[in-house]
Amino acid sequence: MKKIAIGLYVIVTVVLLAWGYYQAIYVAPNDAMQGEIARIIYYHVPHASLSFIFFGVSLVGSIGFLTLRRSHPDRAQSYDAWALAGAEIGVVFCTIALITGPIWARRAWGIWWTWDARLTTTLVLWLIYVSYLLLRRFSAGPQMQTLAAVLGIFGALDVPIVYMSNRWWRTQHPAPVFGGGEGSGMATSMLYPFLWNMLAWFAWGVLILGIRFYVERHHQKIAAAEAKAALEA
Amino acid sequence: MTRALWSHLVKDLRIEWRSLDAIISMLFFSGLVVVLFSIAFDPRGAFSQQIAGGVLCVATMFASVSALNQAWAREIRHQVMDAQRMVPSPGAELLLAKVIVNFFFVTIVQIALAPFFVVFYNLRIVGQAWLLLLVLPLGTWALVSNGVFFAALSMSSRNRELLLSLILFPIFIPALLAMVQATTSIFTGDSDPTLWIKMLFGYDIIFTTVSLLLFDVVFHAE
Repeated sequence: MKKIAIGLYVIVTVVLLAWGYYQAIYVAPNDAMQGEIARIIYYHVPHASLSFIFFGVSLVGSIGFLTLRRSHPDRAQSYDAWALAGAEIGVVFCTIALITGPIWARRAWGIWWTWDARLTTTLVLWLIYVSYLLLRRFSAGPQMQTLAAVLGIFGALDVPIVYMSNRWWRTQHPAPVFGGGEGSGMATSMLYPFLWNMLAWFAWGVLILGIRFYVERHHQKIAAAEAKAALEA
Repeated sequence: MTRALWSHLVKDLRIEWRSLDAIISMLFFSGLVVVLFSIAFDPRGAFSQQIAGGVLCVATMFASVSALNQAWAREIRHQVMDAQRMVPSPGAELLLAKVIVNFFFVTIVQIALAPFFVVFYNLRIVGQAWLLLLVLPLGTWALVSNGVFFAALSMSSRNRELLLSLILFPIFIPALLAMVQATTSIFTGDSDPTLWIKMLFGYDIIFTTVSLLLFDVVFHAE
């Protein structure tokens, strides 16, 4: 039953991705001001916003691990797997946002990059989580999980500060398209393709997040079994 | 001030006084960074005023990493770290003592570096110079309090010297930005640094509090 559900979910995700692609490339009209290049919004914005969700998963995992590591070691292990999976998928999504952004900016602004609030925040967020993954790679054992969780909390704490500091510094990123007041919002012809892509990439992200979590849990179980075997030998 | 904090402070100061390892290596390294930047950017006239603040902050940052790496490394020998873990006093006091000592070392280096800086960059401070007495200590505190914490965190990893810079620098970015903006606006006198000083103050309070709270978790991680 579980296998059928997962298989079904994979099929739905693939169909959604194909449908999202069709919507973005063939159905959505050209942007009145920017032309074809504006289609990148259907990929850039979902990846950028979803990366924040996955980093959020990582933060919850870190906090969960720290609070439960003494009282419920097994549940804490599963929180740690969520923390790792969230950070890895978040970095992948964030990387895609950081690559598609400059491609669009080169055409729209005439420059690849600018040190504005949202770009800098995203870049710093990416740097922090890459350093988080490096810490996990360089250390080993249960100690590493605790240290990584602490770093995860520090990193999350840094993000609002980076955002505020850069707003005071300078800002060039387009104002929020949704809920930004007068003149914001999207034409329906663009809104539906956008929402389809958002949903498709969300489903895809959740799928690989789940796979990564499963693999990490498996790793943990093998490591625990090996440690036990070594003790008994 | 409690006795544990005081004895940690005195012990670290005495160790440094006997060898002067950290201060000498930091001094030479930061001096080198200043010279390298002057050669790379050939600072003259108004341009040198504009980049001087950034160079000063980055030089301090790079130099302090060498001292921060030694902050805990010198406690590994003779199992001092394990002994520290068994001490009944809270770990936060140990952390605070290390932060204060290293803050003191980096400040000495900054004071010693100042004349070279003025000479190499033909520096003329246009804004209110006394504000530097606020900006530099606040920025240094942000660097050192995070640095000592992350040095303890990376202590157990394979390549701890490298790891410290890799995790410290991204977290330090907002404080570095505030520090550079504030010093530059003081050097050039173009804008008001008050906002950046407030931000540094906020950053210091938030991160010092969190490090003091989480230090026992890191220190006793096993």
